[in-house]
Amino acid sequence: MAEIVLDAVSKRYPDGALAVSEVNLTVDDGEFVILVGPSGCGKSTTLNMVAGLEDITSGELRIDGTRMNERAPKDRDIAMVFQSYALYPHMTVRENMAFPLRLAKVDDKVVRTKVEETAEVLDLVEHLDRRPANLSGGQRQRVAMGRAIVRSPKAFLMDEPLSNLDAKLRGQMRTALSRLQNRLATTTLYVTHDQTEAMTLGDRIVVLQAGIVQQIGAPQELYDQPANLFVAGFIGSPAMNFLPVTVEQNRLHTPIGEVPLSDRLRRRLTDADAPRDLIAGIRPEHFEDASLVEEHVREEGAVFTNTVEVLESLGSEKYAHFALEGEGARSQQLTDLASVTGSADVPTGGRSLLVTRMSAATEAREKQRMDIWFDPDRFQVFDPDSGRNLTLDT
Amino acid sequence: MSATDSARREPPAPPPPPTGKRGGNPRPSEGKRAERRLAWMLCAPAALVMVAVTGWPIVYSVWLSLHRYDLRFPGDQEFVGLSNYAAVLGNSYWWTAFTVTVIITVVSVLIELVLGMLLAITMYRTLLARGLVRTVTLVPYGIVTVVAAFSWYYAWTPGTGYLAETFTPGAAPLTDRAASIAIIILAEVWKTTPFMALLLMAGLALVPDDLLRAAAMDGAGGWQRFVKVTVPVMKPAILVALLFRTLDAFRIFDNIFILTAGANDTSSVSMLTYNNLIRGLNLGIGSTMSVLIFLAVAVIAFVFVKLFGTAAPARGGDR
Repeated sequence: MAEIVLDAVSKRYPDGALAVSEVNLTVDDGEFVILVGPSGCGKSTTLNMVAGLEDITSGELRIDGTRMNERAPKDRDIAMVFQSYALYPHMTVRENMAFPLRLAKVDDKVVRTKVEETAEVLDLVEHLDRRPANLSGGQRQRVAMGRAIVRSPKAFLMDEPLSNLDAKLRGQMRTALSRLQNRLATTTLYVTHDQTEAMTLGDRIVVLQAGIVQQIGAPQELYDQPANLFVAGFIGSPAMNFLPVTVEQNRLHTPIGEVPLSDRLRRRLTDADAPRDLIAGIRPEHFEDASLVEEHVREEGAVFTNTVEVLESLGSEKYAHFALEGEGARSQQLTDLASVTGSADVPTGGRSLLVTRMSAATEAREKQRMDIWFDPDRFQVFDPDSGRNLTLDT
Repeated sequence: MSATDSARREPPAPPPPPTGKRGGNPRPSEGKRAERRLAWMLCAPAALVMVAVTGWPIVYSVWLSLHRYDLRFPGDQEFVGLSNYAAVLGNSYWWTAFTVTVIITVVSVLIELVLGMLLAITMYRTLLARGLVRTVTLVPYGIVTVVAAFSWYYAWTPGTGYLAETFTPGAAPLTDRAASIAIIILAEVWKTTPFMALLLMAGLALVPDDLLRAAAMDGAGGWQRFVKVTVPVMKPAILVALLFRTLDAFRIFDNIFILTAGANDTSSVSMLTYNNLIRGLNLGIGSTMSVLIFLAVAVIAFVFVKLFGTAAPARGGDR
């Protein structure tokens, strides 16, 4: 059990590349914090610095109030789970799990009990005498977890521990991991590139991009109140829609029609001294088939008409994709986001696309026009230059 | 049953490859058989060459070893059964040479293993001037053994050699048995450690970085990581390196030939064989010795291969 504090921690490689820039983060005792971001954003480097596998260039790392910068990994009393699991191939499962205890010169009898208890928790009892090569991916993953748990360290560090599992198993292991963390209540720092994993597992999420912390907050907070365009676009699947908009006399001109500016939005924009050309973001679930919306609700929102280009039915809901006239929203942050998430490689035919989530009851058909309802108050408005969210509740 | 039998007697009949399943194998298709025929034809030239240059000489030396055959007395050629073997194995020269060979082999290979491992780690971990370090390390291996042996010879010769002057003023180390063997081992180690290092470096590359990082997190210090993770994981590579070097060292010839020419009981078995076979022109006894060397080498190889079987960590014995 421990509190981990990163105080302006930075990492600069000898070639001058800045991998992590002044990360400030306090992981409370027993908290489950997720570092999420696209590959190369510095999340693994950050984790390795906490582990002691990489040196800290500047700043201070404290575990339970003690400076750790100069301590070797073995003297930090933290356990790590690797994406590759890093199981020792020449040892049985039992020996793998006992390894940290044996190094700590724990009494043989205690080692035996602890390993067996842990194996019980992780459902590994009948595999104890097998070697890693003869285990399935899920079993190996559990052995890696077991090796971390068995010595009751101050904290767990996990580097994409579920990424090598197939999708279905990953979902199950995610739940199992949540249960385990609840039970052990050990401070955990968890790295992933998968925003779904981040949303479902973490008490708090740290979004990193290019070595810089974009936002730290609870999953729902990040979802509802993204600090900037990067976080807004990175968290959520399908991603938030971004539209180029202009503000004119209390009205918002958008590619999906002209809507009145709500009092809340107007106040925020005035406070922020916003420019005229802005970017509005709205999530897919804030749209609905207009024919399914009750009259009085409909009055409060706006409706636009467009042709369904692609309709994807997931059973419980349907995603309708539309093509919008004109250019899409432009911002450096959006370009960065598209290149790091790979969506820059998806052909759009030069048009801007809009994704909406409709209830399964919709009778929308591909290639047919339909009325779509949305609530303009749901718009989040961003500054295209800085990417900052201008509509945050403060 | 009968269908299988007739299939077995088919004319193109290259011996069917072992299939694991017995009986009831359907006749292979036309394409499959053509492919097999092609495989045999492609292998045939190489197989014939191997038989000509290795198979026949082996058989011929076994045949010679069973005869009394001395070129100084060509008329006395006669089949003598195993009496040549009795003569060699009952002779103290053979056993002296054998002991010297074993000492040189064991000591030099052990020293090479330790030094080679240090070199390999240095080469593997070097970040600065990596190419230069590797090249410099490999220089001894690139020098012809005889040339290197001559420079050792002169270095240890009193009067001309700086080493003899420095370490043993007034003495001639190459005329003393123990010192000679030590110098032979030194020359061997100097010459072949880089080779050992190369093989071990390939083994170091087998150890995933994550494994060492995991061990560091689990609480292992540098030495513990090396002993408990690196060495077991690279064990197959270590065994290959040891096998190669042991086989080579057991057949040591050129260093001894130059340094002492076998004087003062410093002959290796190869040296002794050479003296009997080429210098003494005793084909019978010489061939007997080469067959014995061949057997010793085969035993060494067999032991190592047995060790390999239990060395590969991926093939745990629990299936």
